[in-house]
Amino acid sequence: MHYTFQWRVAFNALPDMLWGALVTLEVAVLSMVLGVFFAVVLALGSSSQYRAFRGAAATWVELARNTPALFQIYMAYFGLGSIGIQLDSFPALLAGITFNNAGYLAETFRGGLRAVPPTQMRAARSLGMGPVQAFRLIVLPQMFRVVFYPMTNQMVWAILMTSLGVIVGLNNDLTGVTQDLNVKSFRTFEFFAVAAVIYYLIAKLVTLSARLMAYRLFRY
Amino acid sequence: MSIEIQDVHKSFGNLEVVKGVTMTVEKGEVVSVIGGSGSGKSTLLMCINGLEPINSGRILVDGTDVHARGTDLNKLRRKIGIVFQQWNAFPHLTVLENVMLAPRKVLGKSKAEAEAIAVQKLSHVGLGEKLKVYPSKLSGGQQQRMAIARALAMSPDYMLFDEVTSALDPQLVGEVLDTMRLLSSEGMTMIVVTHEIAFAREVSDRVAFFHKGRIHEIGPPAQVIGAPQQPETVAFLKSVL
Repeated sequence: MHYTFQWRVAFNALPDMLWGALVTLEVAVLSMVLGVFFAVVLALGSSSQYRAFRGAAATWVELARNTPALFQIYMAYFGLGSIGIQLDSFPALLAGITFNNAGYLAETFRGGLRAVPPTQMRAARSLGMGPVQAFRLIVLPQMFRVVFYPMTNQMVWAILMTSLGVIVGLNNDLTGVTQDLNVKSFRTFEFFAVAAVIYYLIAKLVTLSARLMAYRLFRY
Repeated sequence: MSIEIQDVHKSFGNLEVVKGVTMTVEKGEVVSVIGGSGSGKSTLLMCINGLEPINSGRILVDGTDVHARGTDLNKLRRKIGIVFQQWNAFPHLTVLENVMLAPRKVLGKSKAEAEAIAVQKLSHVGLGEKLKVYPSKLSGGQQQRMAIARALAMSPDYMLFDEVTSALDPQLVGEVLDTMRLLSSEGMTMIVVTHEIAFAREVSDRVAFFHKGRIHEIGPPAQVIGAPQQPETVAFLKSVL
């Protein structure tokens, strides 16, 4: 057991790793924006009067929540590849994580919607508001509060999931950069420890700013 | 100017809760509706402003058929205020915002106008000091008075009250009844579904006794509450007084 830690090597690589962290954030943010969009579609689909929509939405949600995220990303890269749809590493990773986010968020939104009592809608309509107006002004803001923290969790989860991009050949995100540095130097412990700290700080930053935002947004 | 209810039937699935009710409420009148739980009186109220569809019959508000296909319910509801048993405050808005919202978004009033209306209505129900407070910080009675102010802010021609004191602690009932007394003294047309028999007797021009989806007796309070003719009315009044 002779291993001499050489932290300097890792610290020297810090600028490269931080650039990688930016790519990581990019994937995470995009996957959340797209994920929220698809989650709304899924949440609406699951209460659709058409069986096909309900079935499709249920299948998506079930698969996203009950299979490993790694497989979902694999499917986007190799799976789609084998049926002729060739995605690059970045879009494949993005598609995989978006798929996963949408599945979880759809359930979050469905629950959030149920948490707002139907009497709120009724009270709003009784004042002469139309259905869309009542939803936007009365139901949505209350629902947003309910889904806010679960959404924050999913954002953190999305950031951590981006590290799976390395298995579909992504080499410019934080994990990709770290892995490259690792194979060149075999300073595994140092590089991955520093990368872990960066992931930790990003995740912390997200939860802290969410808490701050919640404090500003939800005064009631 | 009146609310005309003509042979209205209303079912939930196989259960018929309103079985042919006919009555007219003239402008300026206060009509109380009393009767046991499940007698269909609250349901009828929901039918008047179209929150619930009906199965047959007609309801005319100032001559407009509420349940006709072409009726703009959003527009009709502007002149029918309703206050619910569960006051249904909007929890994410302050007391002032709760009352300002509909005048702004439905009537298209400016912010200043809506605020002036809201402040006036809230002061009227005794909540002038609570403008910036969120509903969760109010008592049940205060929330219910806020709900009354919220409905009044639309300057309705009619006010419907659906057992508005039933969910309140006994010591908070008085303040809400006082607010309603004030409204009736100002000439507001009101249909009041209530279990407060003494209140009904005091403020109403007429009292309707509901039993199993039908009106069994209707008339001045001195008659329906003071000297009921029907055995069902006698039995009901005995059970609540």
